[in-house]
Amino acid sequence: MAADIANSENKSEDTVEDTSNDQRNARYGLLLFAVYFAFYGSFMAITLAAPKLMASESLGGMNVAIVFGFSLILAAIGLALVYMWLCSRRKSTGAGK
Amino acid sequence: MIYEASKIAVAVFLAFVGIVLGVSFFLGRKAQSAKGYYTAHGQVHWFINGVAFAGDYLSAASFLGICGMIAFYGYDGFLYSIGYLAGWIVALFVVAEPLKRLGRFTFADALDSKFNSRGIKIAAAISTLVVSIFYLIPQMVGAGTLVKPLLGFSHVQGVILVGVVVMLVVVMAGMVSTTWVQFIKGSLLVFFCTILTFMILGRGFSTKSPSGHDFQSLPLTAFDGRSDITVLPATGVWATKPYVRVSNNATGVVSVWRKEATSLTETQTVAAIVNAHTGKASKRVNGLPQGRGKGEGDLYPVGTVRKLPGDVSETGSLSFFRFFSTLQHSELLLWGNEKVTEKVGDESIETTVYFQKPTVGSKVLVAGASPTFSGLQNDKFWPKVDFLSLMLALFCGTASLPHILIRYYTVKDQSAVRKSTVVGIGSIGFFYVLTLFLGFGAMTGGTLDVTNSNMAAPLLARSFGELPFAIISAIAFTTVLGTVSGLIMAASGAVAHDLLTNVFKMELNDTSKVRAGKLVAACVGVIAMVLGVLFEKMNVNFLVGWAFSVAASANLPSLIMLLFWKRTTKQGITVAISVGMVSSLSWILLSAQAYKDVYGLDPASAITKFSQPAIVTIPLGFLTLVVVSLLTQRSAVSLPPLAASGQV
Repeated sequence: MAADIANSENKSEDTVEDTSNDQRNARYGLLLFAVYFAFYGSFMAITLAAPKLMASESLGGMNVAIVFGFSLILAAIGLALVYMWLCSRRKSTGAGK
Repeated sequence: MIYEASKIAVAVFLAFVGIVLGVSFFLGRKAQSAKGYYTAHGQVHWFINGVAFAGDYLSAASFLGICGMIAFYGYDGFLYSIGYLAGWIVALFVVAEPLKRLGRFTFADALDSKFNSRGIKIAAAISTLVVSIFYLIPQMVGAGTLVKPLLGFSHVQGVILVGVVVMLVVVMAGMVSTTWVQFIKGSLLVFFCTILTFMILGRGFSTKSPSGHDFQSLPLTAFDGRSDITVLPATGVWATKPYVRVSNNATGVVSVWRKEATSLTETQTVAAIVNAHTGKASKRVNGLPQGRGKGEGDLYPVGTVRKLPGDVSETGSLSFFRFFSTLQHSELLLWGNEKVTEKVGDESIETTVYFQKPTVGSKVLVAGASPTFSGLQNDKFWPKVDFLSLMLALFCGTASLPHILIRYYTVKDQSAVRKSTVVGIGSIGFFYVLTLFLGFGAMTGGTLDVTNSNMAAPLLARSFGELPFAIISAIAFTTVLGTVSGLIMAASGAVAHDLLTNVFKMELNDTSKVRAGKLVAACVGVIAMVLGVLFEKMNVNFLVGWAFSVAASANLPSLIMLLFWKRTTKQGITVAISVGMVSSLSWILLSAQAYKDVYGLDPASAITKFSQPAIVTIPLGFLTLVVVSLLTQRSAVSLPPLAASGQV
């Protein structure tokens, strides 16, 4: 009986911890989403409003359009890794407690 | 262009099909239960699932469509790569983990988790079916396109072959075999495209044409006073066109030359002739009956560099940066086309004239060279809205595609969902970087079929030899198999699980549920084959853009609002899905692109001002949900939004 109660309390704590982690993950997700959306939006805005800027040469003789396009792809991969790291970090902090 | 089947290609192709069917047969026993059939028991390893995401997502549109569009128009195709990948950001950061917590088998499960509403189940299931079928069309078109050069089969035979193999894969082991087919396909696609990219960089650029045919450019007076030819009078429809038609007096073959400001340039022509009296149809290419024999003609492969920086004829191997900086300062030979329709006696003749378009490299390295995005280079308002709308659809569409969403149920928990999505983003992002090299490699490799942009990637591989061609074609074929099997699984779940079991309350035991799923899968496969034949001529990438618009308009508003707005009601979700789906579909069917490519009507008479509906129909979906939810508050039980309550 005592073991059941202890288990039930542990389960309840786990659920609270999971919920808390879920909410934190959701906040991280929304923050990173906003960062990427701003980057993606600026790409569309420049493509529409200043196409000549996109044609100008930049890094390594490549034009801005190519550099910007590759940057968007690399940023997506980079932010995805950051998100995974942040989420796992919260989890391990929670476990440590 | 006529393609000759290669024995190596056939062998590699058969080996691939054999492996795929063998894996499916072997795994068949693991999919006896509904959980096994629809979600692979939720026990797929996150890394396998991540690569399978890539295998599921990198469809014929990504591989054939994007490479073809870059090869024909340059950077415009890369815009699709950017948009497709950006969509994964929404999937990872906003919907992936909540969806895993809410659902069991399908997207409808997740949407309905809070309400247990019949309306939501019906709307979500129909939306899943519509999006899956819309997405299936370009895959099947791609399949027909591929099998033609690979095996020498016709488009129809190719579509049927793919349809049958996919049906076998899905029916044998459901999501278990689908996962492994997608994993194999995703790995092979990324690996071999990387090798092909290194081969392109190793070869560099050259001004020599591999076909040996140099397209001519003559002075405007070149045909004056010649007795061996006759310049045909510019009468009828030809009177207003910038072409000179020349008949060879000895052979009677008519060639067409395009009048430029200071020269006459050689064109290629394809004339489709139908005799109204006898109903007989025939085709003439460059003035001759199409064929490879004596007295027959075929199109020359195109796509070359005319001038390289420093007037060299070859660059040798190039680095990543030098590839683009060299292209930027080169002059390329691209091709345009124009249709000329006339009636001569009993014959109606539609001649497509393919003409040379010398283009500076810097023009194809920015957006706006293709008909789809041509408005970006001028000040017209609606084309810019069209561009914004497409990019919005791609951004919002990925997280709403049913065949992607069901893959969140094949892993055990949220952590696995997160990790597998990150692996998916890494694989897909890396592949999209490669598309730019593959596309520009095809544009400059002298191997393009001017009539078929979807063949750019396999023909590029052929320029490196029969083995690369065989491997790339077989991988592309597997690409279609992987995506189509995912789509059929999504449709099968929507009908068998959402509609039959949850809506019509049919008493199905576990075995019957699996049997129903297999039956539906077979039916969807047949529908896909029919549509693949009907839509043969459309660019696969454009069709996928439409599928994204429908998915984003119908599904995303409900999913987002369910998670983040506590006043969302079941009526709001049901109506929003229906309005988003109907409005986006109607918009598409009334667009200029549909007028031109589907109905064969004048695009200028289209009702909608731009083709891509997302910029109107996604906000409309959100607005509908908010309005209907507010109007139905009385009947709703007040619950916190799922994201805030921790239920998600």
